[in-house]
Amino acid sequence: MFGDYSLGDLGSIFVMQGFAGLILFSVYVLMALGLAIIFGQMGVINMAHGEFMILGAYVTWMTSSFFQSYLPSLFSGYFFLAMILAFVASGALGMLVEWVLIRHLYRRPLDTLLATWGLSLILQQAYRSVFGAREVGVELPQWMLGSLHVSDSIEVPINGVFVMCLTVLITVGVAYVMYKSRWGRQVRAVVQNRIMAGAVGINTEKVDRYTYGLGCGIAGVAGSAFTMIGSTGPTSGQLYIVDTFLVVVFGGAASLLGTIASAFSISQTQSTLEFFMSGSMAKVLTLLAVVGILMLRPQGLFALKVRK
Amino acid sequence: MTDNRFFNRSEFIGILVLAVFLVVVLPLTLDVFRLNLVAKYLTYAFVALGLVVCWGYGGILSLGQGVFFGLGGYCMAMFLKLEASSVENTKIQSTPGIPDFMDWNQITALPLFWKPFSSLSFTIAAIILVPGIFALIIGTAMFKRRVGGTYFAIITQAVAAILTILIVGQQGYTGGINGMTDLRTLKGWDIRPDHAKIVLYFFEVGCLFACIMIAQFVRHSKLGRILVAMREKEDRVRFSGYSVANFKIFAFCVAAVFAAIGGAMFALNVGFMSPSFVGIVPSIEMVIYTAVGGRLSILGAVYGTLLVNFAKTSLSETFPELWLFGLGGLFIAVVLAFPNGLAGIWGDYVQPRIDRLIYSGKPKPAGWTDSSVADGAPAE
Repeated sequence: MFGDYSLGDLGSIFVMQGFAGLILFSVYVLMALGLAIIFGQMGVINMAHGEFMILGAYVTWMTSSFFQSYLPSLFSGYFFLAMILAFVASGALGMLVEWVLIRHLYRRPLDTLLATWGLSLILQQAYRSVFGAREVGVELPQWMLGSLHVSDSIEVPINGVFVMCLTVLITVGVAYVMYKSRWGRQVRAVVQNRIMAGAVGINTEKVDRYTYGLGCGIAGVAGSAFTMIGSTGPTSGQLYIVDTFLVVVFGGAASLLGTIASAFSISQTQSTLEFFMSGSMAKVLTLLAVVGILMLRPQGLFALKVRK
Repeated sequence: MTDNRFFNRSEFIGILVLAVFLVVVLPLTLDVFRLNLVAKYLTYAFVALGLVVCWGYGGILSLGQGVFFGLGGYCMAMFLKLEASSVENTKIQSTPGIPDFMDWNQITALPLFWKPFSSLSFTIAAIILVPGIFALIIGTAMFKRRVGGTYFAIITQAVAAILTILIVGQQGYTGGINGMTDLRTLKGWDIRPDHAKIVLYFFEVGCLFACIMIAQFVRHSKLGRILVAMREKEDRVRFSGYSVANFKIFAFCVAAVFAAIGGAMFALNVGFMSPSFVGIVPSIEMVIYTAVGGRLSILGAVYGTLLVNFAKTSLSETFPELWLFGLGGLFIAVVLAFPNGLAGIWGDYVQPRIDRLIYSGKPKPAGWTDSSVADGAPAE
């Protein structure tokens, strides 16, 4: 298997393959962060999470088209505005959905799954009716094209680096909000004991709505970042939803650190295996390993020790 | 209800009405094409019936029923495919006597795991045992460790994803994304002409009623009551000395076997099997059949399946865009407004009026749904 490559080549292959894994890791982390908040903190199974992500991607696409036709001079910076818009759009939709649908179902977690699945079907069809069934791609600004030249045989695409930096920033931001801010304390209090949290004067309904909105908003940002590395279609979100749930469950639902660790191990395993075998078998083996480990250790990698 | 009989009076009437509907009314009023469509829908009714036992009574939501539907279907399809690829039928291939898709994928000998499927009795055993044992393994691994509820749903979903990717990826052994097509005969008896379709329809309805009887038996036995108790307050049942895990495993296995029988019927009636019935999307769609019919109602599952599929066929023929909106809305409506589905509507609104007409003045008999468990899924 390795006979045809020199040692230097092999090193480069592993670095490049590892880098491809890192990009996959960034997408997983971005998607899983929102889900970890919604599923891990609130216990709501949001099957429509992928569709919130796709909404962010479509918002980014529309922003880029707008800049292209009306403000070509500012085109190189459109992405930052697009990200904010994606966050606002997905977050607002999330809060609306929470108000209409989810808040009636907090005591029936399995039913949230069915209801949000229905929501995801509706959103998919809505995207198809509005944006068409074909996949759309975003035109990248000039500075994001090309790649960094590390050595003769190792090249690193700039958009990948950008997505990774973005992931780090957003992760740090979410960790700060959840663990350091007053609002994050309220969220965790509501999660741990809704009745007591209400008794000490936290408006639990409001906290729920904003938590759900935040999770969906982050999904929107994830979708926005997703446009940098792939094209967007009405059903793109569904491709990732199961992987993302596995990432969250594998990491231990209530732990952000666990989510990151599991996203890292799953993406690296998959991209390394992909080099040795066909993509589908790599995926099968990775998922099998995850399911196998979950059967042995159902609480996931990092479990919070909570008395139930 | 303290009696241990199969069914009470109104349930008996319900089953009789369904039997008349499926055995007499539909075959007399529909042409063979439509009847074959009904046969296709009814294969999903097996899955829905399994979900009533496992989800409605046991409180275990499995989003991977497509896996078992697929396993049963593929077992049956493998047998039929082997019979269709006899040496005479496949003369033009570079290796005669193996299924056509293997020949296209440069496989020159029949793989080992295909060989036993040339025997019908082995195939029938496999249709029951393969999914049953698979469910036993998953169920034991999960329930013995007290994994349940949402986690179980997600993991079954992952299993469905894995199996789909595997089937699509291993094209040479499974027929890939196209599945197994061109199934012709069962022990020399052609399954394609109209009269064969009618015979298969009645055979399928017979199997369906056998499964309904099994489900009724489970529901009215002590076992069924423990299942319901477990769904409502798992800890109390455990503290009373019952092994909760074993009951859950049993319910899950029953659901798996029902789904597998449905899959096998699908291969027989429709004449092909493909991974598009295995994955996550069809698996969740199968859950909605049960939810629409009423997750606690055995007969509701059959009606729910028929209704959703009729709506799907007619809506997607005339308004293809509307269908997904309709299906999505159905999910939301069933969860928010009608947690007990059609059976709930029947039990709450229609049945009392009929009773009032018939028994005016006399005390009201027991309804055919458990209205005491209206609150759906268990608390975690």
